[in-house]
Amino acid sequence: MSNKMKIAGASVGVLFVAFVVGILFWGGFNWAMEATNTEEFCISCHEMRDNVYQEYIETPHYSNRTGVRATCPDCHVPKEWVHKVVRKIKASNELYHKVLGTIDTREKYEAKRLELARNVWQTMKETDSRECRNCHDYDSMDFVKQGRRGHKEHEQGFANGLTCIDCHKGIAHQLPDMSEEDASAVLRAH
Amino acid sequence: MKKNLFNLLALFLMFAVASPGSAEITSLRDRSIENDSSAPEIKPYIKDRPPIVRDYLQQPPLIPHKVEGYKVNIKHNKCLGCHSWSNYKAHNATKISQTHFESRDGAVMSNVSARRYFCQQCHVPQADARPLVENTFSPVEAMKIR
Repeated sequence: MSNKMKIAGASVGVLFVAFVVGILFWGGFNWAMEATNTEEFCISCHEMRDNVYQEYIETPHYSNRTGVRATCPDCHVPKEWVHKVVRKIKASNELYHKVLGTIDTREKYEAKRLELARNVWQTMKETDSRECRNCHDYDSMDFVKQGRRGHKEHEQGFANGLTCIDCHKGIAHQLPDMSEEDASAVLRAH
Repeated sequence: MKKNLFNLLALFLMFAVASPGSAEITSLRDRSIENDSSAPEIKPYIKDRPPIVRDYLQQPPLIPHKVEGYKVNIKHNKCLGCHSWSNYKAHNATKISQTHFESRDGAVMSNVSARRYFCQQCHVPQADARPLVENTFSPVEAMKIR
């Protein structure tokens, strides 16, 4: 019998190395994921920087009275780990189209805008506007402090099972040509 | 050439007589021309209030709520999201006037005429600001709400 300590047949030394390597890989993976989750990364491609980002910096989600800012991933990447990884895998499609140059000019971008916007609206509807609600929590919302119009619309909207994106489209980016959309359902928001 | 000179002289004399001495000039600015004027106070728009009564016939109704960030462009008109004929009832909003469907030649269009499309050319949001000069304007009797 050897005098080395063994746990489940592996020496302590091997286990320790495996532990450290595990931390490095896990940490590295998370680091890489967080690195792709910054605004800086998002606008490192000109498709984002020249189009949607320019529109976003004019909106309250960029600059407002209290100085609270929501950056790209706050709205477009889920906070929960599983949803986040799923979104990151789906983003490989965006890389593919970056390589193809699908929207590499303003004209191409505008031509695709309705389709792109519809994808985001659809996702937000399916998740009940989960990313909005990370900050805009229904239970913390004081209707009394809202304007009389907002108060009424919010009460009606929530009562009718609508979700944030049903009304609040085009709040951080310009809307596409909405003539093909159902205007009565889309253009409610203030 | 002689005539030109004469004209020039006449012009010079005219100015010399017409312009008052520099000491009499008083400026409405509160400081001299070399200094920057003070920045006016920034007045926030009124967030939300009931419709504002019109003061004279054909006054474009004032906007009684904030319109910050409202886009009106070729693709989209935010205002019509509530004020169009198809949407105004659901939002309890004032509906756009029929006059806005007329082209400049008086033809009635099937939708808002291009010349009436940009709402804020006439309709403006309000801030709680005192008039800069005194104003005694009063609506005519027929426009007063009792």
